[in-house]
Amino acid sequence: MEGENLPPASSSGVSSASTASSAVNASRNIRPRLTPGWRFGVYFIAFAGLLWLNVWAYLGRFDYYVLGIIMMMGINTILATSLNLINGFAGQFAIGHAGFMAIGAYTAALLTMHARVSFALALVLGGLAAGAVGLFIGIPTLRLRGDYLAIATLGLGEIIRVIIVNLPITGGAFGLSGILPYTTFFWVEGAVILTLVVLSNFIRSSHGRALLAVREDEFAAEAVGVPTTYYKVLAFVMGSFFAGVAGGLFAHYLLFIDPSQFGIIRSIDILIMVVLGGLGSLSGSVVAAIVLTALPEYLRGFAEYRMVAYSALLILIMLVRPAGLFGRVEIWELLNRGRPCSRPGAGPGAGPGPGPGPGSTGPGPEPRTKAESGMKPGLEPAGRQEVTG
Amino acid sequence: MVEIIQQLINGLSLGSIYALIALGYTMVYGVLKLINFAHGDVYMVGAFAGFFAATSFGWGFFPTLLFAMAVAAVLGLLIERVAYRPLRNASRIAALITAIGVSLFLENLGILILHPDPRAFPDLIGLRTFEIGPLLINNRQLVIIGTSVLLMLLLHYIVTRTKMGKAMRAVAEDGETSRLMGINIDRTIAFTFALGSALAAAAGVLVGIYYTRIDPLMGFMPGLKAFVAAVLGGIGLIPGAMLGGLVMGIAEVFVVAFISSSWKDGVAFAILILILLLKPSGLLGRAAREKA
Repeated sequence: MEGENLPPASSSGVSSASTASSAVNASRNIRPRLTPGWRFGVYFIAFAGLLWLNVWAYLGRFDYYVLGIIMMMGINTILATSLNLINGFAGQFAIGHAGFMAIGAYTAALLTMHARVSFALALVLGGLAAGAVGLFIGIPTLRLRGDYLAIATLGLGEIIRVIIVNLPITGGAFGLSGILPYTTFFWVEGAVILTLVVLSNFIRSSHGRALLAVREDEFAAEAVGVPTTYYKVLAFVMGSFFAGVAGGLFAHYLLFIDPSQFGIIRSIDILIMVVLGGLGSLSGSVVAAIVLTALPEYLRGFAEYRMVAYSALLILIMLVRPAGLFGRVEIWELLNRGRPCSRPGAGPGAGPGPGPGPGSTGPGPEPRTKAESGMKPGLEPAGRQEVTG
Repeated sequence: MVEIIQQLINGLSLGSIYALIALGYTMVYGVLKLINFAHGDVYMVGAFAGFFAATSFGWGFFPTLLFAMAVAAVLGLLIERVAYRPLRNASRIAALITAIGVSLFLENLGILILHPDPRAFPDLIGLRTFEIGPLLINNRQLVIIGTSVLLMLLLHYIVTRTKMGKAMRAVAEDGETSRLMGINIDRTIAFTFALGSALAAAAGVLVGIYYTRIDPLMGFMPGLKAFVAAVLGGIGLIPGAMLGGLVMGIAEVFVVAFISSSWKDGVAFAILILILLLKPSGLLGRAAREKA
């Protein structure tokens, strides 16, 4: 079964390697968008792993505990990638992702319990509820420059907790139990794939370009006619929506939710996945979500040191690599760095990767990406033709 | 009516604590354009420094207060030097993530070292309650209001009359130009951190005296509320922080007294959203085009 995936992926990888490399070399500092090689390698590994997971899950080979961890990996992947859209791609600092997750979780759970809504619809409605709250927070805070979003989302987490405790229908501080066990491996898998497809297509669309322009320089973006507030709010609402969906999955997997599960600690868990995986790297977020879901399970003995370690790690990564541990590039671009055909320029602004050591905080990724965001649209059609043709 | 005046008195003492914390936020925001998330935790460390000074050394109110302020000032300098200075030219989001990292680090280190259980703050000022007609006011409230006013006057003197204060105002106005004019920016920013942290520590000790209990997570909510207070008065404006803090304290006390205590943390949030919608420059701020 794995053989079916192999031939088209690898053959197109090899054939376009020679043609694309010249364009990449010519453009030096431009991020190689369609670099072959590892991109397909990474895709292949992901597909193979997914295939194996599907077969194993279908045959029921996983025990309950392992399957639970795998489902949490999926849920965390949705959370991390959707937060990355806000923090990494739009460059706006949101921190209360657990709050949106809580809205989705409670909405979806109450809908399936009391209104007998189908699971899929409940997930979407949970996401929409979270998105609506995101809109309510986003419009006043993102209209302005400055970091009001950070403080508003931080406060939102607390407010949502207060509201849940005070509402009669949510079970208050005692939590909501008796949620129906709808979430299966296949639901999580479907949601993860859908999220990744939507997010990666969005980022590569003209809307995504506008978003990156806002991140790089809000004033310049506004000057060339990008409606900055619109795009900032759009990214924030989209991120909140997916967090709400993840919350719905989470509720129907855990079957019991209470406000303490959606506190600041969970928000930080998600944030550190984004920071480790790289601000602006979807594949990085996926890998970080998987690793950081599994790791605490192995290190249960050090549980009380976890938050101290995480916070120290946050500071350290920001000091050494302000764009996140693996930088803004996708995993395959990082792997391609080592290949002679696609080395993206050896200038001082080569950015993250094994090149510049610690201490190069300021000039790291900044200048490179500024040039890149200006050049990309022109490069895009040529690259696309090479692969399809 | 009597009830309202009574709550106003309670609100003033809570508000002056918020004002002291908000001053640190607003000063740092003024010179660095950064939300120092760790500020609320500096306030917590200040409260614990006061706690140990009062219990271990058996010191009285004033030495305890000064000790806590000194410890927090050193901590503020340390945070600025280690975490913020290297990131001064990095992207905003990197600085914010670092700030939240410092905040979490202090909180969780506090939990690890000091235990999460609340501790009873020593009774530095024996409680005495005065009756003025139907109104009740206790000497702790008077000490809080008195100390806050004194510290704010001192701050006002430093900012408006000393050379360092002049440098602070210049850096807040335009960092690059003030550097060209020969102002040592690093030293000015460090001084701002020390000053703001000392004020937060004073607030920590005062809260310890007022509520008689402190714990490692006590900085989170007051930090958040004080920031909202700073925005309410106009971020970057020192008189704004004082006014915002008082309004914030009074609003919170009124909600607790006349609506429900379970919504008291919601007030700050409602105020933040409202002020950002209606007058983002704050009560005392001038409507200005935002700069890059």
